[in-house]
Amino acid sequence: MFKQVLAALSITLVLAGAQAQSATAPDALIKQLSNEVIDAVKSDKAIQAGDVSKIITLVDTKVMPNVNFQRMTASAVGRYWRTATPEQQKRLQDEFKILIVRTYAGALTQVKDQTVQLKPMRAGADDPEVVVRTEVKGRGDPIQLDYRLEKNGSEWKIYDVNVLGVWLVEQYKSSFAQEIGAAGVDGLIAKLAERNKAAANKS
Amino acid sequence: MKLPSLPSSLRGVALGAWLLAAAGATQAQSASDPLEGWNRAVFGFNEGLDAAVLKPVATGYQKVVPELARRGVSNFFGNFSDGWSAVNQLLQGKPVAAAQMTIRVATNTLFGIAGLFDVASDLGIERQQEDFGQTLGRWGLPAGPYVVWPLLGPSSLRDSAALPLDLSWRPALLSDDEATRYGITALQLIDARANLLSAGRLVDEIALDKYVFIRDGYLSRRRNLVYDGEPPELPDDTKDTPPAAPSKP
Repeated sequence: MFKQVLAALSITLVLAGAQAQSATAPDALIKQLSNEVIDAVKSDKAIQAGDVSKIITLVDTKVMPNVNFQRMTASAVGRYWRTATPEQQKRLQDEFKILIVRTYAGALTQVKDQTVQLKPMRAGADDPEVVVRTEVKGRGDPIQLDYRLEKNGSEWKIYDVNVLGVWLVEQYKSSFAQEIGAAGVDGLIAKLAERNKAAANKS
Repeated sequence: MKLPSLPSSLRGVALGAWLLAAAGATQAQSASDPLEGWNRAVFGFNEGLDAAVLKPVATGYQKVVPELARRGVSNFFGNFSDGWSAVNQLLQGKPVAAAQMTIRVATNTLFGIAGLFDVASDLGIERQQEDFGQTLGRWGLPAGPYVVWPLLGPSSLRDSAALPLDLSWRPALLSDDEATRYGITALQLIDARANLLSAGRLVDEIALDKYVFIRDGYLSRRRNLVYDGEPPELPDDTKDTPPAAPSKP
């Protein structure tokens, strides 16, 4: 089952990366991106074989532009965000971004023959923040995959992702809070950097 | 992440004593983990056991046994637990879902050769997994504090109360021969662990504190399962009092 979890995780990030068209409804956007993502992975043998550096490049260039990463980081850091200096905030964002990219790069290798289905969206036409719900169907149990998007001018950007009922930002919130409580914001930055370096050395 | 295997009688005794002790516990979300001391200790033990025994065996199983056979094994155990899901859907007052799951079991048993092939999914009849822990949640029982059991792994007060019942529905118990029972139980355990191998590697890479990561993931996921994918929004807790100094892993 977790194979599908990883596939779903991968899809979320890559889908967020394809260029957003202005004023597209958020659910139509997600649907379009999901299909683009799956097609991109299915047609690329290198990615399916597990070429990590290629995946990371793909995620970095296609995915990241469509995620409101500052908001993601700020939410995960929580109330300590306001106490951090701009420099610390920038470093937190950078390290968290590497962590996320690496996470989904690893998960992308699991995408084989999945399809993504949109579930009905419950949001007013003028809501600035929506939840788009999808399901990844493939071999085995379908995987719930939800996104929180916010309207930024005429573009929609993703600021949180939910896989199988777990919101990513919330998931990292307590880990981050614990680390900051023990060693301050600098401690968290150091821990993130160390974690990213260790993962980079492994692959 | 439930790994079924230990005799339910042992579980029942331990649980009974522990339930008495924890009877006054209120519902905890990720913010509080009153049993953290015990939990971390057991988590450490489980990690050691996993590294020494479970993971190597599951990895070997994955390397040696062909994928078709492994999928058959997973399908077999999945089909069996689908029956339990149907029972729980009835208990939760969801007759349509119960009927659907029953059709799943019948289809897979008859046309999927005793569940080895998951024909039902190919036909579009999907699994909606339920267990007694979710049923209790549906009936209004809050999850209670997080608790980690040796070998069985993460659980909650409510899910642990449900464990004896959940564990009573296993293919191993169909056999009267003790050796066969242990064999089937072992296979079920290895199958479960093998299915979690890549997820385990991923968690190792991305979690800052593996214990916290698994705990919060487990509690979120269970809450999501109880509400069948649409849990009510939690209150925003940005006005919390600062957390007490956390214990080191």
